[in-house]
Amino acid sequence: MSRDEGRGVDRRQALECMIWAGTGVLWTVAGGVPKSALLGTAQAAESGFAFLQISDSHVGFDKPANPNALGTLNEAIDKIVALPAKPAFMIHTGDISHLSKPKQFDDADQTIGRAKLDVHYVPGEHDLIDEDNGKAYLERYGKNAKGAGWYSFDQQGVHFIGLVNVVNLKAGGMGNLGPEQLAWLADDLKDKSASTPIVVFAHIPLWTVAPEWGWGTDDSAQALALLKRFGSVTVLNGHIHQLMQKVEGQVSFYTARSTAFPQPKPGAAPSPGPMTVPAGELRKYLGVRSVVYHPTGEPLAVTDAALAG
Amino acid sequence: MRTLAKPSALKGAINAAALTAALLVAPVASALDDSKVTIDNFAFTPNVITVKPGAVVTFENHDDIPHSIVDAAGKFHSKALDTNDTFQVTFDQPGEYNYYCGLHSHMRGKVIVAP
Ligand SMILES: [Cu+2]
Repeated sequence: MSRDEGRGVDRRQALECMIWAGTGVLWTVAGGVPKSALLGTAQAAESGFAFLQISDSHVGFDKPANPNALGTLNEAIDKIVALPAKPAFMIHTGDISHLSKPKQFDDADQTIGRAKLDVHYVPGEHDLIDEDNGKAYLERYGKNAKGAGWYSFDQQGVHFIGLVNVVNLKAGGMGNLGPEQLAWLADDLKDKSASTPIVVFAHIPLWTVAPEWGWGTDDSAQALALLKRFGSVTVLNGHIHQLMQKVEGQVSFYTARSTAFPQPKPGAAPSPGPMTVPAGELRKYLGVRSVVYHPTGEPLAVTDAALAG
Repeated sequence: MRTLAKPSALKGAINAAALTAALLVAPVASALDDSKVTIDNFAFTPNVITVKPGAVVTFENHDDIPHSIVDAAGKFHSKALDTNDTFQVTFDQPGEYNYYCGLHSHMRGKVIVAP
């Protein structure tokens, strides 16, 4: 089994890693007691659910770090198709395409479509560089979204919020949410009870990972202030093409692997550009993520699986 | 846009040569006045350049990741430049032009135009 990440590798994490093991069994935990069941049964019994996150597929990228980014996206989707039980849906945290070209979006849609899951997208900066600065993305993925593509939805009592922090960037700054989106967020949250589990997803990390590389969001503190009263907040990001996590009070932050190419650890290279690893190693750096929610008050369980161990 | 004639994002060196001829109707300032800024490792090099009024500055992206050139004062901006794409701006008016990358806004540079 590939590396498995989460809030420490405890027994639960080890068991939930089985989701990716192809054993035909999904292990779940209720009240601290691990039990195995087909996911459908588990859902009915516990009213929990699993969803997936993929990120940074960069379809169209063909440089040395990965000459075939569409190919590795295909492998990621193969892994999802092979899951013994169907997750509730998938989120994609941006940089679907490399250059916002119609063919790149088409190829991504066709490949991701093989998973036969509802997919909730947020854009990365690579998705908004068409002639009309994001019109292509919004027409394709933003039909029910506000502004530059933000929205929220609910799944079995969990409130999901997709944010956009890759537009109107300020010189010298990092990611940006902007006042309009923050006002929308305040309004979106105002009627939610503090016990509602919240999942926020956006492309660039909502905490400062490396300001010298722009790996953070200038006004994320304002968003987090609005989330402070909630008992369970999970923040899922992409952009930095590597796993990282941080817990701050009730808020757990996670960045995801790319399905295309890795990027260096902060400070480990002259720039955050694509990191070329030996060809046989690439799939250890790419992967997909599952997140399992149980209505037990425990934090959501986040499990990352590499494309190859 | 008047002060900065004809910014143009050009695809590849061959197109760049062809389109430069087409777009810049007046003869360009002498080759000595012209300058190139390259993008390597998410940085503009040279980071600050000084040119004479009328000079054409060519920005060329050498990274595997697209970048763009955005004037902080809003006077010019390029499309996203893929690897080896170029973008040219003619700087007619003296002054200081601070610019950044529209995709990676921590990347900044400056063009000083002085007689
Ligand atoms: Cu850039």
